[in-house]
Amino acid sequence: MAGIPHDHYEPKTGAEKWVNNRLGIIGLVYDTLMIPTPKNLNWMWIWGIVLAFCLGLQIVTGIILVMHYTPHVDLAFASIEHIMRNVNGGHFLRYLHMNGASLFFLAVYLHIFRGLYYGSYKTPREITWIIGILIYVLMMGTAFMGYVLPWGQMSFWGATVITGLFGAIPFIGEPIQTWLLGGPAVDNATLNRFFSLHYLLPFIIAGLTIVHIWAFHTTGNNNPTGVDVRRESKEIAKKDTLPFWPYFVIKDFFALALILVVFFAVVGFMPNYLGHPDNYIEANPLATPAHIVPEWYFLPFYAILRAFTADVWIVMFTNWITFGIVDAKFFGVIAMFGAIIVWALVPWLDTSSVRSGRYRPTFKWWFAIYCVDFVVLTWVGAMPAEGIYPYIALAGATYWFAFFLVILPLLGVLEKPAPQPETIEADFNAHYGKPSGDAAATPAE
Amino acid sequence: MIRKIALTAAATLALTGAAMAAGEGGHVHDVDFSFEGPFGRYDQMQLQRGLQVYTEICAACHGLQYVPLRTLSDEGGPAMPEDQIRAYSSQFEIFDAELDDFRPRVPTDHFPANDAVGAPDLSLMAKARAGFHGPYGTGLSQLFNGMGGAEYIASLLTGYTGKEKEEAGSIFYENTAFPGGWISMAPPLYGEDVEYADGHSNSLHHEAEDVAAFLMWTAEPKMMARKQAGFVGVVFLTILTVLLYATNKRLWKPVKKAAKES
Repeated sequence: MAGIPHDHYEPKTGAEKWVNNRLGIIGLVYDTLMIPTPKNLNWMWIWGIVLAFCLGLQIVTGIILVMHYTPHVDLAFASIEHIMRNVNGGHFLRYLHMNGASLFFLAVYLHIFRGLYYGSYKTPREITWIIGILIYVLMMGTAFMGYVLPWGQMSFWGATVITGLFGAIPFIGEPIQTWLLGGPAVDNATLNRFFSLHYLLPFIIAGLTIVHIWAFHTTGNNNPTGVDVRRESKEIAKKDTLPFWPYFVIKDFFALALILVVFFAVVGFMPNYLGHPDNYIEANPLATPAHIVPEWYFLPFYAILRAFTADVWIVMFTNWITFGIVDAKFFGVIAMFGAIIVWALVPWLDTSSVRSGRYRPTFKWWFAIYCVDFVVLTWVGAMPAEGIYPYIALAGATYWFAFFLVILPLLGVLEKPAPQPETIEADFNAHYGKPSGDAAATPAE
Repeated sequence: MIRKIALTAAATLALTGAAMAAGEGGHVHDVDFSFEGPFGRYDQMQLQRGLQVYTEICAACHGLQYVPLRTLSDEGGPAMPEDQIRAYSSQFEIFDAELDDFRPRVPTDHFPANDAVGAPDLSLMAKARAGFHGPYGTGLSQLFNGMGGAEYIASLLTGYTGKEKEEAGSIFYENTAFPGGWISMAPPLYGEDVEYADGHSNSLHHEAEDVAAFLMWTAEPKMMARKQAGFVGVVFLTILTVLLYATNKRLWKPVKKAAKES
């Protein structure tokens, strides 16, 4: 690994030398684990481990569930009940898998927002960031298709609504939708391909995760100050860093264990709290549920999708200027995907040369509003599209785009950043140098 | 008995009508079930009473197609003796393709499905409905007591006002718990519909709560095993967390000490 100078693996015993001369795997693992890591990382840097755990959990529980699941419209719902009633421990495995998706998304949102606040996307970490967004998009696809598999009412109608988004694309939309579904409507062909892809995508995510880690092992980790590790020599680099093992592995495991206490409480005591009761009714193409609501982790984007109705002036204007090709439905689809695309483009939308939000006094406030905006959109996405809710959704969606397309580009020019510490070592010593400075044990920041 | 048959006939007629389009949720009251909360357990006697109500009243129109009869003997369920379950099972017939004839059910068969009059299957009903959203619409009750499908069922069974209306040839009954307010199911319980073997009160409220508890069990038969596994998980992970906290603290101590002295 290039980047920060550190001690590399030297095979010592005869057996190690024998393996190392044939396959450099011990050295690869050693260098990955011993990577010099900024010693001032705070508790927002633990979500990577949580995410890696979630991916493993979902793959392991998923593989076992597949042994008992039947992907057929007449049998899928009953096979889930078979898992819940007859398979040893099946009920717990399924609830782990169901709620594991929620933990996965909770962790990924905190991970993404950590990156946004501390400028982890900024040069030279653009590739790490973009791979990350790609992983997130694949997670969305995987979670969506997984939700279809139990073949409940929300599975069926969620699949109908979401694949309908592709039908909104002008001219080619309907053929695309038919191609995705494998027929004119959500049916057995849809269930089968979703099952196949739900099994495939996690392994692509796993591959991309390796690339994600590889990328930031090339650049080195970002840290709360955004100041680079000094790389003049091994000795100087050591003043700013500590090896990942054991310092950060143990720290991350402690955080992971604490999170798992809460996770097991949810799975054990309230496993259906985050789900929707309608999904315990078998799919029925003839009865539409009163409210079709996606899982909570899709709600911000669902709110943006529904925010741009035909009576919003920008939708009307777009409709007029495109001679009616872009209607409100298609506009909503563009907005929803656009909301993720601006995430991917943020390394170039943010013009500030200061990495960490800690030293950007104005940015801090706009970012705080953006966090609130995210929560509000999550809430409003679950509300019916009537009364005041569409206006709240529209305001929320507008701020989302304003933050990335207007505020971030302008702030870099207008804002006067606060002074940054000279080195990571100086930041660390300033934090722990104080007599009462023992805050690392409590999840600060 | 005659009233039971009359009731069944009335319900059968009523259910041939289409269900009302679901509107906003009705009023669901809070019931203090024994199985709520992290340490809640099913009341074995209540489940057996609920089975009796189900068998004598509900089964006339509804089915439990996903529930194997043998699970009636499961620990953490009604826990009935096996000979009793064998006798119970044999009252339902099933078509056996090998015999090319009907035969009495055995415990390895499921409860019969029943969609003769278009009534929904009740296997998962207690999980397919949400209940008490309170207090004050905060949903906190659901966080601690579960989603409350059993409360919905109990509220529905006791929520009839006695008013009826006819629409497109079908009779609808006003019900305070049913979304939309009008349900096509005739009031199935009036109180004193069944005679409990354990001498428990058979008032309308008790019958409704007993059958609601039974249906919670049919929907979530492994609830007690799940809560136990969750509890063990929480305890062991808490110990692990404490150990890792101490390890982490000790590991970083020299590093922080050096920072302090700098």
